[in-house]
Amino acid sequence: MEYSKWAFWPGCVSKGAAPELYLATNRVAKELGIELVELDQATCTGAGVIQEQNPEMADALNARTFALAQQLGLPLMNICSTCQGIESMVQDKLTKRPEYLAKVNAILADEGLHYTPGLVIKNFLWLLVEDFGLDRLKKMVTRPLTGLRVGPFYGCYILRPSSILGKEEHPDRDHYLEMVIEAVGATVVDYEGSKKCCGFPILTINRENSLTQAGNHIHEAQDLGADALVSPCPLCHLNLDAQQPAAKQVTGHDIDLPIIHLPQLIGLAIGVPPKEMRMDHHVVSTKKLLEKLAAAPVRA
Amino acid sequence: MKVKLKVKRTNPETGQSGYSNYEIEAAENVTALDALIQVREYEDGSLALRCSCRSAICGSCSMRIDGQARLACRAKVLALTRGDENHEMVVEPMGNMPVIKDLVNDMDSFWSKMRQVDPFLQPEGPEPVAEYRVPNETMIDLTHTMNCIMCGACVSDCTVLEVDRNFIAPAALAKAYRVVADPRDGHEHDRLEKLSEYGGIWDCTRCNMCVEVCPKGVAPMNRILQLREMALENGIKNNAGARHTNIFTKSIEDGGRLNEVWMLPGSVGMFNLPRILKEMPGALKMARAGKLPFAQAIPPGFPGSHKMKGMDRVRNVVRKAASLKPKKPEVTG
Repeated sequence: MEYSKWAFWPGCVSKGAAPELYLATNRVAKELGIELVELDQATCTGAGVIQEQNPEMADALNARTFALAQQLGLPLMNICSTCQGIESMVQDKLTKRPEYLAKVNAILADEGLHYTPGLVIKNFLWLLVEDFGLDRLKKMVTRPLTGLRVGPFYGCYILRPSSILGKEEHPDRDHYLEMVIEAVGATVVDYEGSKKCCGFPILTINRENSLTQAGNHIHEAQDLGADALVSPCPLCHLNLDAQQPAAKQVTGHDIDLPIIHLPQLIGLAIGVPPKEMRMDHHVVSTKKLLEKLAAAPVRA
Repeated sequence: MKVKLKVKRTNPETGQSGYSNYEIEAAENVTALDALIQVREYEDGSLALRCSCRSAICGSCSMRIDGQARLACRAKVLALTRGDENHEMVVEPMGNMPVIKDLVNDMDSFWSKMRQVDPFLQPEGPEPVAEYRVPNETMIDLTHTMNCIMCGACVSDCTVLEVDRNFIAPAALAKAYRVVADPRDGHEHDRLEKLSEYGGIWDCTRCNMCVEVCPKGVAPMNRILQLREMALENGIKNNAGARHTNIFTKSIEDGGRLNEVWMLPGSVGMFNLPRILKEMPGALKMARAGKLPFAQAIPPGFPGSHKMKGMDRVRNVVRKAASLKPKKPEVTG
C-alpha cells in the first residue's frame, strides 16, 4: 500500500544545526503533494548514544513516538538515516519480545498511548521511491540536473544491519540514492566511501579519526569528478559539510565539495528556488554547483 | 550457469597488483569458494587463496566479494548475482590487513590485537570446592561471542581501523566482552578501565559494518555497546566517550530533543579550553551560515534550557523505563 499522508518526525538536527533540511523537506513535500503532520511532542531516538547506557529508556521513548503516529492513524516518516536505523531496530525488538512490549505499553498507558507492532516507518528516501514513485517524480522534473555529477552518501543506519531494514521486501533499498540521482537527470559518481561511515558519532571523542573519515570520502568523490554529495542523513551532513574545513586541515586533502540534503536535490530538479531551501546557508558554498546548474537548459 | 569473476591478484615478489578475469561454467548451487577452486583447478593454478572446511566453521576463506567481507564458502553465487549471468563478481583480499599473495592476507595484526585484550579468564580469590557456576542467562548471552571463528571479516571492513591502526577493532573487542562479562573472571574493572582508553571501546563509530559482515552472528558492535554500558556501571567515566553519552542522555531527559551546542564541551570537558578553542573556527563558520541553534544556548539541566512541548510526559516515560531493566542473573550454589 502506498501512502500520501505521513506523521513526520523531523529529528533533532533539522530543528537545530541543519534548519535548511527542515525547510527543504516541508517545501518539497508540499510541492510533491505529500501531506506531513509533524509530531511536535516526539523525542530523540537516542541515535544509538542513549542506548550505550540506557537501552530501555530509548526503547520506551521510541515506542512512544510510534504510538503518537498510530494515534493519528498515519505511517511515520523521518528524514535521518540514524533515526531510521534506530526506529527499525526498536521496532524489531518490540515485535520479537511481546512481553517486553507489554511492559512498555503499560508505561505509555499513563498518557493514553499504545503501540501495536506493524507501523510503517520510512525515511524520506524510501518513501520517495516506494510510495511516491520515481516515474511520477521524473514527470515533475522541470530542471533536469543534466551534467551534474552527484555522489550518494547513505549514512550507516539506513543500510545496516540489513536484517532489520526490510531488504527482503525491498531488495533495492541500498541503491535508491543512485536511482533518485538518475531520476532527476544527474550522473551518479560511484565511489567506495558512499556506504561507509562519515565519522560523526566520534567527532567529540576522537576528532582526528572522525575528520579523517569524512575528509577521505569527500576527497575520493571529488577526485572522481563529483560536483556534490547528496545524503538522506543530517548527521552525515554535519560532518561532511559543517566540518569540511576542519577535515581539510586534518587530512591535508584539498577538498571543497558541496554537500546537499536529499530534499534539496529533489527541490532543485522540480524547480524550487534554492534560496527557499536555504542552499545559501551551508558551510561549504553551493554557489559553484548552482552556477553550473543555472547554465544548464530548463525544460519547458 | 555462467559465472564471471574479476579477481584481484597481488604478486608477492614485486608487490604489484591488478585484476584477472575468469569465466566458468558451474552448477546453479555453487558458492563463491566453489567457483574460485574451480578456477584454480582448471583455469589458473597460480591463483592463491585460503580455505579448509568449506562449511563456515574454520574461518579460513574470508575475502571481499562485491565490496564486502564474506566467507567465500557461505556466499552463494546465485544470491550475489541475483541470477544475472553477466554480473561480474569482484573478488578481493580482506581489507585492513597486508596481502601476502592474491586472496591471502597476513593476519598478524589480527592476532596481536586479540592478544592485546588478554583473551582468557583470570579468576581471583579462592577456588570453589566443586566447580565454577555460571547462570544460564549469562552463558546464553556469551554464546553470541563464543560463536566467533576468528575469520577476520569484521576487521577487514572496520571503518575506524581504516583510518587508525591503533584501534583494537571489532573481533578483539567482542572477545574482550566474552571475558569481561563472564562472572568467572576476576578483573572486570581493570579490563574495562584499559578498554576505555584510546583505541578501545569509545573509538568505535557504531557504523554497524561488523554486524553486517560477521558470518556467525557475533555482532561485535553490540558487544562493544555492552562493554560501554558495563564501563559506565563500573564508574569509569573520566573519558570523552562516557561524558558524551552522559551529556547526550541528560539533554534528552531535559529537553526531549538533542541540545547540539553543549555536546562538544560536555564531551571533551567543560574546562578543556585547548580542545574547545580548536572548534572555534568551525563554530564561527557555522554561525555565519546560520547553523548555530541559539535556542540551545543554555546547557541542559539549567533554568531556561530549551525544551519541547509536553516534557512532563516524557520525563514520566524516562522515569518508569528504569523498571524495564533486566535483573542481573545471580550465581547460585
